[in-house]
Amino acid sequence: MSRSRLTQSNRAGWTMALPGFGLIAVFIILPFFFAFGLSFTNQRLISPNPTEWVGFDNYRQLMGVGVLTLEPERDDAGAVIRDEDGAIEYPRLRGFTRGNPDYAHLDGMREWTSWQWGEDRVVLLARDVVFMKAVVNTLTFVAVVAPVQAGLALVLALLINQRLRGINVFRTIYFMPVVVSIVVVSLLWRFIYDGNDGLLNNLLSAITFGAFEPVDWLGNPDTALPAIMAMSIWQAVGFHMVIWLAGLQTISPTLYEAAEIEGTSRWQTFRYVTWPGLRNTAVLILIVITMQAFALFAQIDVMTGGGPLDSTQTIVFQAVERGYGKQDISGGSTISVLLFLLVLTISLIQRYLTRERN
Amino acid sequence: MTRTNLMAGTILASALATGAAAQTELSMWYHGAGNEVESEIINRIVGDFNESQDEWEVSLQSFPQGSYNDSVIAAALAGNLPDILDVDGPVMPNWAWSGYLQPLPIDESLIENFLPGTKGEWNGELYSIGLWDAAVAMVTRQSYLDQFDIRVPTLEEPWTLEEFDAALVKIKESGEFAYPLDLGMAWTGEWYPYAFSPFLQSFGGDIVDRETYSTAEGALNGDAAVEFGEWWQSLFERDLVPGTSQDPADRDNGFVEGKYAISWNGNWAALNILNEYGDDTLFLPAPDFGNGPVIGAASWQFGVSATSEHPEGAAAFIEFALQDEYLAAFSNGIGLIPPTESAAEMTENYKEGGPMAVFYELSESQAKLRPVSPGYVVAAKVFEKALADIANGADVQDTLDAAVDEIDADIERNQGYGH
Amino acid sequence: MAQIDPSNRGLRLAVRYAVLVLIAVIFIFPLVFMVVSSLKPDQQLLSDTGSLRAFLPVGDISLDNYAAAFQRAPVGLFIFNSVLVTAVTVVLALLVCSLAAFAFVFLEWRGSGLLLSIILATLIVPFETIAIPLLLIVNQLPWIGLDGFTTGWLNSYRVQILPFVADGLTIFLFVQYFRDLPRELIEASRVEGASWWMIYRRIVMPLSGPVLATAAILKFLVMYNQYLWPLMVVQEEGYRPVMVDLQYFFQLNRAWGEIMAYLSLITLPVLAFYFVLQRAFISSIASTGVKG
Repeated sequence: MSRSRLTQSNRAGWTMALPGFGLIAVFIILPFFFAFGLSFTNQRLISPNPTEWVGFDNYRQLMGVGVLTLEPERDDAGAVIRDEDGAIEYPRLRGFTRGNPDYAHLDGMREWTSWQWGEDRVVLLARDVVFMKAVVNTLTFVAVVAPVQAGLALVLALLINQRLRGINVFRTIYFMPVVVSIVVVSLLWRFIYDGNDGLLNNLLSAITFGAFEPVDWLGNPDTALPAIMAMSIWQAVGFHMVIWLAGLQTISPTLYEAAEIEGTSRWQTFRYVTWPGLRNTAVLILIVITMQAFALFAQIDVMTGGGPLDSTQTIVFQAVERGYGKQDISGGSTISVLLFLLVLTISLIQRYLTRERN
Repeated sequence: MTRTNLMAGTILASALATGAAAQTELSMWYHGAGNEVESEIINRIVGDFNESQDEWEVSLQSFPQGSYNDSVIAAALAGNLPDILDVDGPVMPNWAWSGYLQPLPIDESLIENFLPGTKGEWNGELYSIGLWDAAVAMVTRQSYLDQFDIRVPTLEEPWTLEEFDAALVKIKESGEFAYPLDLGMAWTGEWYPYAFSPFLQSFGGDIVDRETYSTAEGALNGDAAVEFGEWWQSLFERDLVPGTSQDPADRDNGFVEGKYAISWNGNWAALNILNEYGDDTLFLPAPDFGNGPVIGAASWQFGVSATSEHPEGAAAFIEFALQDEYLAAFSNGIGLIPPTESAAEMTENYKEGGPMAVFYELSESQAKLRPVSPGYVVAAKVFEKALADIANGADVQDTLDAAVDEIDADIERNQGYGH
Repeated sequence: MAQIDPSNRGLRLAVRYAVLVLIAVIFIFPLVFMVVSSLKPDQQLLSDTGSLRAFLPVGDISLDNYAAAFQRAPVGLFIFNSVLVTAVTVVLALLVCSLAAFAFVFLEWRGSGLLLSIILATLIVPFETIAIPLLLIVNQLPWIGLDGFTTGWLNSYRVQILPFVADGLTIFLFVQYFRDLPRELIEASRVEGASWWMIYRRIVMPLSGPVLATAAILKFLVMYNQYLWPLMVVQEEGYRPVMVDLQYFFQLNRAWGEIMAYLSLITLPVLAFYFVLQRAFISSIASTGVKG
């Protein structure tokens, strides 16, 4: 649009935008910079000790990693010692990580993960294993939930897009979980996932005529995170279904008619008519889901508290627990800053990959 | 001219008003919202106090227990603390150190005979006093013990580790119960340190080194602690105890419903059980795991906030609340231990020969306070997580080492917490 | 297309409906469980969860749990607080954000591009990451009100409202929508000498029905279902919203029946709001969210 006296208006522009921008500046931007600053101190929630500047200490504490190669224990003859199961025995990590002057750089670290390398065992150590697990869990959650939720939402949208009597009733029902608070949803699903008498176990048992062994969904480290993923998807998929639906309905019917005339199959119609028209919608959905997924917190707080064995730790949960629960505000802020950087990076990558190639 | 007159008049009037001792309001926070019995009693005390004198009027604000501590901390940040507040015993040093509380200006002769667990002392001063103490015991039924031919332990001769363990295994093998022992893993939060650190202490370990309070090394990850950790883990591996995914409903009702043979439970839950099984109920002392049997102590206590402008008023209220009749009321209402023998005589359950009288003796002889340190707030959370992780199968030594490191780091970051 | 065989058609139709119904069941069963459970006494509730009876209002049905829930906690007050805070926030948000978006889209002024970019950048910041610093900040903010000049916003309505009035997503929605409005209309009015405020009020707002509905619903959902922030900033009972007070029901000896009743009660306003606005909402997403 060309610049003209008619559209130029500094004063009106600033006046109108100021309330909105001002509020955002005070309540979002300011706290963010505050958090950034706090991460370089040792600020506590409340304490009689004065706050001190500690530089990158908090970051080092969170992100410190190290590698150690363990050689197997050998007996006097030089042969490798094995235990009853045949596995090779290695010296305990404590010997290296607790007060061992030769390995001062590893002091205080714990084992994160390890793998075999010939006869040796290579151990990846981290200074804060719980935080590392939280990062891995969060990334896993995002990586699984984003495509699955988007995909399921698309399938549902396609289903709802039919001309059937009463289809709107179904659309309303599919959207209902979105409206319910995640806290309420988490409480209800605790009943469903209960290991002893939960609804899910009973259902699976009934379907398989008793062949199914009840699983403690939330108590088993292997199933806890997937259980939470399933529940989160259940709650949010209706929202994205509606967005897909809107996108579907903007595709011109003439394109469909043309496809019909040419006798294309259903799959081909989808691939060449539907999908291209949905491109913008897809990008929007993916970005929104990703950002929401990184903020995973309430479900964990209500259902598992980060356990069992840290299998459901998430970044935001750690930030809140550290900052508020353990009264270590500087630690919580550090985690927040790291989260922001992570989300920023991934958003930028997403934008790059999905940019319009005009 | 009239305006200045008006102002002068107002100032004079208000000066007169304050001089004439209109009731000064004292604000008070309590953690009992949602709990009808406690609310009724505390409201009664407040009402009686207000009526009994003209100088002070206490207004009460109730909070649900789960979010009470967070609320106080947020209020402290805002400089918005009430005059009187109640504080959970082990948390009190943290709040005193942080500057939330001031030493209690009450007449100390009033509390001379109180159970030690009810007195909150830090740095040599009394900061809080409790209207009750809480204890934990092994709850079971005489008929169960008879059925499995298990000896009834007494205060002088508690179960040993071997005896206790063997009993559990025997009950398990009979297959009559879902689990022989219910430790209450469903009650996450302060229950874990409160109920389970006594076991650790009985083995010979502790959450922190109590000589210096500057490290947990050796106490939480020494040989005794590792022994405890491995026995603890074995309980869950052998399916003797329901684990961390226990349904809270099962914890509340499981023993009464017959799912569990023995329940390690607090006396606040005892009333329910007494009602169900009456005389058949047994409250047994903790086993002696090697260093003498231990149970926890200290529950909620009243204190005065540091920013209160009327500590004398707050003290007056607290002294009023310490009367035997109110101590007895709380005991009858929620089943907790009254702090004095005279109050105990007035209660149904703790008087001589009463069904829970044994708790009084238990508390007197076996109770050990949780570590008295501002660092307890963090140490408790770390300990809780360590116990949960070990219960879920994590390596005992490594988990304890990690817990020690975290506690030590926290103590260091806080410059020793004033010890 | 193949010949449509009547009997075939009937069968295919039935299959389609069957699939839709099956999926509907998956989406609705926990809510049915919640409402049905709220009518049962605790013992029965817990034993019923083991079977299909969990979804059936059989046995000892009554409204006792609801009565007890009202007894245990001032439920009415909490619902009132939540609705009040939510409603005020929504109204203010629609006003403030649409105004800002209007300025970004239709006016030209120095710095508008920069400001808009900054605002959109805040979309990335998850709330939980700034919650604690925000707590510290909010504690220092001044306010002039009935009590005169005070500092600290804890335990008030404003602390639950003001931080959430302006946010990047709402502004983004308005910006997208306004960009699609016909410019000629605006230009014509400017030529006729209309002020910006008049254009905003008389022309743009009336055309914005769909985006207003979308933004309103999204904001409503976020505000009503808030959990973390009220937990941190509101301690006095008088100001508490609905989600935080779940704690009241989690004392020793949890009363699951009352909990279910409370959950049903607090979900009701949201469902009501949704049913009323859903038609407008769903048709509005069509016009706003999609244009990428």
